[in-house]
Amino acid sequence: MKPHQIQIDEQGRLKHFISIEGLPRDLLIAILDAAQSFAGVGERAIKKLPLLRGKTIATLFFEPSTRTRTTFELAAKRLSADVLNINVQSSATRKGESLLDTLRTLEAMHCDMFVVRHPMSGAAQLIASHVAPHVRVINAGDGRHEHPTQAVLDCFTIRRVKGDLSSLVVAIVGDVLHSRVARSDIHALNILGVGELRVVGPKTLIPPGVEALGVRVFYDLEPGLRDADVVIMLRLQNERMQGTLLPSAHEYFQAYGLTAAKLAVARPDVTVMHPGPINRGVEIDTAVADGPHSVILQQVSHGIAVRMAIMSMAMGSQAAPRRTR
Amino acid sequence: MRLRITGGRILDPAQNLDGIHDLHVAAGRIVAIGDPPEGFTVEREIDARGRIVCPGLVDLSARLREPGEEHKATIATETRAAAMAGITTLCCPPDTDPVIDTPAVAELIHQRAEQSGRARVVCLGALTHGLKAEQLAEMRALKRIGCAGVSNALVPIANTEVLRRAMEYAATCDLTLFLHPEDPWLSQGVMHEGPISTRLGLPAVPETAETIALSRDLLLLEQTGARAHFCRLSARRSVEIIKAASDRGLRISADVSAHHLHLIDVDVGDYDSRCHVRPPLRSPRDRDGLREGLRDSVISAICSDHQPHDRDAKDAPFEATEPGISALQSLLPLTLALVEDKVLNLSQALAAITCQPARILGIEAGTLRVGAGADICIFDPEAHWTLTEENIASAGKNTPFKGWDFKGKVMHTLFGGKLVYTEASR
Repeated sequence: MKPHQIQIDEQGRLKHFISIEGLPRDLLIAILDAAQSFAGVGERAIKKLPLLRGKTIATLFFEPSTRTRTTFELAAKRLSADVLNINVQSSATRKGESLLDTLRTLEAMHCDMFVVRHPMSGAAQLIASHVAPHVRVINAGDGRHEHPTQAVLDCFTIRRVKGDLSSLVVAIVGDVLHSRVARSDIHALNILGVGELRVVGPKTLIPPGVEALGVRVFYDLEPGLRDADVVIMLRLQNERMQGTLLPSAHEYFQAYGLTAAKLAVARPDVTVMHPGPINRGVEIDTAVADGPHSVILQQVSHGIAVRMAIMSMAMGSQAAPRRTR
Repeated sequence: MRLRITGGRILDPAQNLDGIHDLHVAAGRIVAIGDPPEGFTVEREIDARGRIVCPGLVDLSARLREPGEEHKATIATETRAAAMAGITTLCCPPDTDPVIDTPAVAELIHQRAEQSGRARVVCLGALTHGLKAEQLAEMRALKRIGCAGVSNALVPIANTEVLRRAMEYAATCDLTLFLHPEDPWLSQGVMHEGPISTRLGLPAVPETAETIALSRDLLLLEQTGARAHFCRLSARRSVEIIKAASDRGLRISADVSAHHLHLIDVDVGDYDSRCHVRPPLRSPRDRDGLREGLRDSVISAICSDHQPHDRDAKDAPFEATEPGISALQSLLPLTLALVEDKVLNLSQALAAITCQPARILGIEAGTLRVGAGADICIFDPEAHWTLTEENIASAGKNTPFKGWDFKGKVMHTLFGGKLVYTEASR
């Protein structure tokens, strides 16, 4: 079943959140609007809303993560849900248990929602197609495929900073080949009708046929950044900094690292984003990461509001669980 | 048993025969087409009016999973499925566990097949010991026990010196090499490289994974003078390369799986692990190139590339699933569909699954010649049917063709003159 079929129920409501691809525009806008209403919760003295009281949410991470997991956990707690953190990497799968066996075990503990990160593309969809009808699945990143909540928070941030997207030039720079953030961002920005969308990187890190996703490809940074309103830098994984994809981190920084000087060809009010965690001096210079154009830390706090919106909307379509006799 | 098949359209591409005749079988052999031999008395009669009577199909590649992976399938289950599919000869690659690198393993497989009695199983012997691509296997002994050729199955031979010597030794033994052209470094992926793999974020295999290995193998074949068969081509460019080499006079042949003639990378859809195959399903242009290769006789055989799996092997994230399709029953209908699609005429289509694979294996099969063993497939060319979970006879239910409307249904299968399958509804 296609992800956009599996993640939306008969009434057109959000059921699971697996991918941005195939998400209707009005639903994406509804999520962004809902996130807007949650954005103030963190600044209140009492940071909790009772929306998910009595619900159990399990974060199921087959891959290490600090910020995504923490913001999901915080978002769930602000919605008054009980949170179960399961680090699958260190437990069950090491003993040879299959993904679906792990899932069934957790289902027996009556969880209402799984927040899943997995190193393999398509894993979240596989899980969503195997859970009981009342259980909800949120994709927190599957292989190189999608990281849909990150894309929503990126769009949320761009919307807050820039307002209308239709005239913007957005450049996504770096390791597009391995990046699920890039794929989700590309889909989300195209759904929202961004003015121009570019990807920038060396041939080794730009996957073949990426133009079909609706982007212009630039192999050099300067033309890629020219007149850009928003620059989204992608993280370069340590193990990819030297080998057959790139000769060295140093050379990568020389060619594609974002410095204040290189940024000068972009619009004067350019916004710089990064999904984190950042590699200072590899893909981005400290002066830019901490500089006036950077919204990297705002992205993190927006992540909580966006995840609250997605979790509450997905759970809002939940039918009563079938009673077991 | 003395048997008469009456009123069928006898179609045997091996002897250019196409016409309505009676066919007579006695003592396991075909004894006459047309009038019965003198003094022939009929013990059993099969009414074949409206049916096509052709040689039992010869499948160039079917994994039977025995020995080693009996939790997936056994020789007993898969030969039963073969009989249902009209297949009377199955060629088993050497990547069993243990590997077919000693006569004992081949003998075990032959024995199990004989016990089942529903189809002939022909083995390919290992090209290198343990398929490790280091030391030559005992090819002479493997030939003596009946192996039809030698192969390293899906294990690439990266070391060109090993491959060169293996070719020379196989040529010395007058054995055909069955080669899977696949570059070990470029093939570290699970689907065809292109816009679909980019969209799905799956590690991908470019066409050059096949064409580079193929070109290298051909140059070594030219040098060594060995005879080779190329298994499971997936790319249009490969067809062009094979054609050029044949024109230079190399002793080579090639096959394609039935699914590569019908499916493309788009069919992977959203991580449908049943379409995870090796080599991967490629672009529509590649599929059409393979069809043209077949039409132009650059590719001479179609095989099922049958790979039955247990559920767990396919119930995982796409990258973690095992490649392969359970494909015996779809071989005949998918081949006949090429006639509907005007790629081949009926005789050419049947040749690709009868006499041509038999010729590649160098065995006496795939013909209805008088005196030949009575391996016969009788099918209804007009009958429509649907492949479902329930009517899949193989132990492996892993096929993307479930729910497809197939035209052409096997009604009877005879193996060595013995009726090994009769369609139940008759």
